[in-house]
Amino acid sequence: MTYALEIEGLVKSYSSGFQALKGIDLQVQEGDFFALLGPNGAGKSTTLGIVSSLVNKSGGRVKVFGHDIDTELSAAKLNLGVVPQEFNFNQFEKVFDIVTTQAGYYGIPLKQARISAEKYLRKLGLWDKRDTPSRMLSGGMKRRLMIARALVHEPRLLILDEPTAGVDIELRRSMWQFLEEMNRQGTTIILTTHYLEEAEALCRNIAIIDHGEIIRHTSKRELLKQLSVETFVLDLEQPVDAAPELEGFHCELNDDGALEAEVAKGQGLNALFVELEKQGIKVISMRTKANRLEELFVRMVEDNARETNRQAEVTA
Amino acid sequence: MTLHALWTAFCTIVLREIRRFTRIWPQTLLPPAVTMTLYFIIFGNLIGSRIGEMGGFDYMQFIVPGLIMMAVITNSYANVVSSFFSMKFQRSIEELLVSPVPNWTILAGYVAGGMARGLSIGLVVTLLSLAFTRLSIHSLPMVVMTVFLTSALFSLGGFINAMLATKFDDISIVPTFVLTPLTYLGGVFYSIDMLPGFWQGVSMANPILYMVNGFRFGILGVSDVNPFVSLGMILVFIVLLATIALRMLARGKGIRH
Repeated sequence: MTYALEIEGLVKSYSSGFQALKGIDLQVQEGDFFALLGPNGAGKSTTLGIVSSLVNKSGGRVKVFGHDIDTELSAAKLNLGVVPQEFNFNQFEKVFDIVTTQAGYYGIPLKQARISAEKYLRKLGLWDKRDTPSRMLSGGMKRRLMIARALVHEPRLLILDEPTAGVDIELRRSMWQFLEEMNRQGTTIILTTHYLEEAEALCRNIAIIDHGEIIRHTSKRELLKQLSVETFVLDLEQPVDAAPELEGFHCELNDDGALEAEVAKGQGLNALFVELEKQGIKVISMRTKANRLEELFVRMVEDNARETNRQAEVTA
Repeated sequence: MTLHALWTAFCTIVLREIRRFTRIWPQTLLPPAVTMTLYFIIFGNLIGSRIGEMGGFDYMQFIVPGLIMMAVITNSYANVVSSFFSMKFQRSIEELLVSPVPNWTILAGYVAGGMARGLSIGLVVTLLSLAFTRLSIHSLPMVVMTVFLTSALFSLGGFINAMLATKFDDISIVPTFVLTPLTYLGGVFYSIDMLPGFWQGVSMANPILYMVNGFRFGILGVSDVNPFVSLGMILVFIVLLATIALRMLARGKGIRH
């Protein structure tokens, strides 16, 4: 099978002796929507930096659609579009020029570049801003400009390093829809994000990186199966002053006055509704609280930190 | 990348460079025109009329080739060093680094961009000089080769300076403390025949002397040094600096972590 991205034993060491990546292995299948998660300084951006040639690796192999970046760098790059974490375009250039210039770097003639730039600027709601110098754009527009720039050469693999950082909820949702559409059309997407709700909503497969090591690499479904408790948010017909005491269930009222009930694996929802019925509480709607991945993530990172500390103590 | 794609990428870099220096023309195109006009008026007309002849030509005619070359050198260098360092500073250099453009195409694109500005200014200064004196051309191939190669050489110098620079101060140190003194002492305003023997020897170690004299030979037919030695030296320096620049790009000096 050809992977969109295949990483073997990737190492990054700095002259100070700090090892940012300790020989990680990672595979992302073609067509996947993949999340690379981890706390700050875990090695996410370093990994993606090496894949996109912005960071020199110290060891290991990276292949993009089978093209090794050591031997077929040009072919690997042609398949890759990169949206970095920080704004990295010329602040004095106009929006349209930034996108068409990027197309030119990929060898796309100006006439074709203009067509492609118009397509993506329209899709991302920036067409009206095409003649605006990029520094005049809002933060959300700048993020969308970087996405348009990354897509102008129609890459098969799109890498986004925290694409919705600092973006308001409405815009974030529209960017999610756009990325989902791109993925449906066949573009493989890898993203890093601090919004675990984002990874849960969009991604099918997930890797968690911590201290330069992959501590988990699996499907979102498998990962969520590990949850021993799931939290449901219940909107009530009549508001209650305090969280009710329900036998076998822990409940809390959230800031919106909705009831959050924790349901353990195997407990079943019927038992919860029986308990609510007993107290005369009627539920008008229900949803899963979108923090399941966050719970798991925090737990895994904490477990990993404990294990690292334990090993350090044993070594000492 | 195919040859056609490489050509497109090269043209994209060059056009972006031209767009940049024409967009900020009050900073790039206007100042050298004003400065050189002042040189023509003060050194050529006012002071030059009291100096008399130099190298068999009136003083204004003698200094014009040197002033054209000075404009070409400083502007070729300034364009690449400021443009490339700005891209590093704003991190927009990453646009190029993630793309499949090979290092030699990036270098060629920036050098061509520097040459575009250097030669444009050279042309402007030449046209301005015609308001003060008459110019005849002794050897057109020599003029063209010297000015093109010198412009390429100093564009390469600007590129290396920008790669090494970590702050804005670093991009003004070389032009101020190296380039300007070497240009002024490179025979722009005088013939080294006027100097005592020792200082003539010292002057021969100044590479800009060869470029100014090569160009002066092309226009006036007189030179303090053999013009073919001038061309040879420029070519050697071009090969040397291009090799250094490509090695720095391959290692990602200052642009990759």
